Amino acid sequence: MIYFVLIAFLLLLMIAAAVYSIRQKDLLYATLATGIISLVLSILFYLLQAPDVALTEAAIGVALTTIIFLITIRNTVRYESDEDNFKSEVK
Amino acid sequence: MKKVIVILLLAALGFYLGTTFFNIGFGDPHFANGVKDFYLKETVDNLHVSNTVTSIVVNFRGFDTLGEVTVLFLAVTALGSILYKRRHEVGTRSVLFSSSSVVTAGSKLLFPAVILLGVYVFVHGHLSPGGGFQGGVIIATGFLLMLLSYENYSVSHKWLSIVESLAGIVFAGVGLLGFINGGTFLQNFLPTGVLNNLFSGGVIPIIYIAVGFKVAAELTGVIYTVLHEKGVK
Repeated sequence: MIYFVLIAFLLLLMIAAAVYSIRQKDLLYATLATGIISLVLSILFYLLQAPDVALTEAAIGVALTTIIFLITIRNTVRYESDEDNFKSEVK
Repeated sequence: MKKVIVILLLAALGFYLGTTFFNIGFGDPHFANGVKDFYLKETVDNLHVSNTVTSIVVNFRGFDTLGEVTVLFLAVTALGSILYKRRHEVGTRSVLFSSSSVVTAGSKLLFPAVILLGVYVFVHGHLSPGGGFQGGVIIATGFLLMLLSYENYSVSHKWLSIVESLAGIVFAGVGLLGFINGGTFLQNFLPTGVLNNLFSGGVIPIIYIAVGFKVAAELTGVIYTVLHEKGVK
């Protein structure tokens, strides 16, 4: 029983982090939220008895992808502009 | 003339692919019943590998792993070729994460431990969870830590490419040796040893060590390339 409660909690946490990373205008926080998705996913893989996949997900999803996105943000802009501003820039 | 040669080559390729797929025998009993029992039995009885995932990935499906490593190699090559020109206009690093003395001292302490963990993971790939890919990524994160905390830390691109090429050659060479000794590509030809020993599993540790070195070199190259790209500010 408590196993299913734990898995349900982790799944809800993943969904919440995904929604947060889409809604957030500050791209730094959005990137960290995608890192949290990968972290929770690796815990889920471990609970579902797939430690090989959990190791891969932890190393690639949490560390490498997040850091490459952070470097990209450092090189470009941190805040996502509103859609209207973007359209007027394109014109 | 050129078109004729291309058509002939395509026809030969199609013929061989067609005969191969025709002889697989979809619908045979061993496909209908699944191959999982065969894998589990063969892994413990003949290959003497404790980690069934590893024996499937490297031995039964070793050709797929070779394809996976090739895909990663092509992706890294494409990234390097896209960012090559812009990197050489600058020469020095464009992205600087200025870090305090606590971070630099801490990462200097952590770096050997991270490398050791990665080496442990890919050397013990046939005994415990993990393997070449995971260990290589862990080593790459160790280099990432050093590159982020020290502004003047640099990795020799020449050595990275040498390590990567040698590891790829070892992987393909072990596969070809299996061709000569056993009969098929990537077939096991070494003594398999005792179950749960470090020196067991035939060619699996050799292939996983090669994959570990290759993935570590490739991903360190990716991070190095991205860090040295010219900013667009």
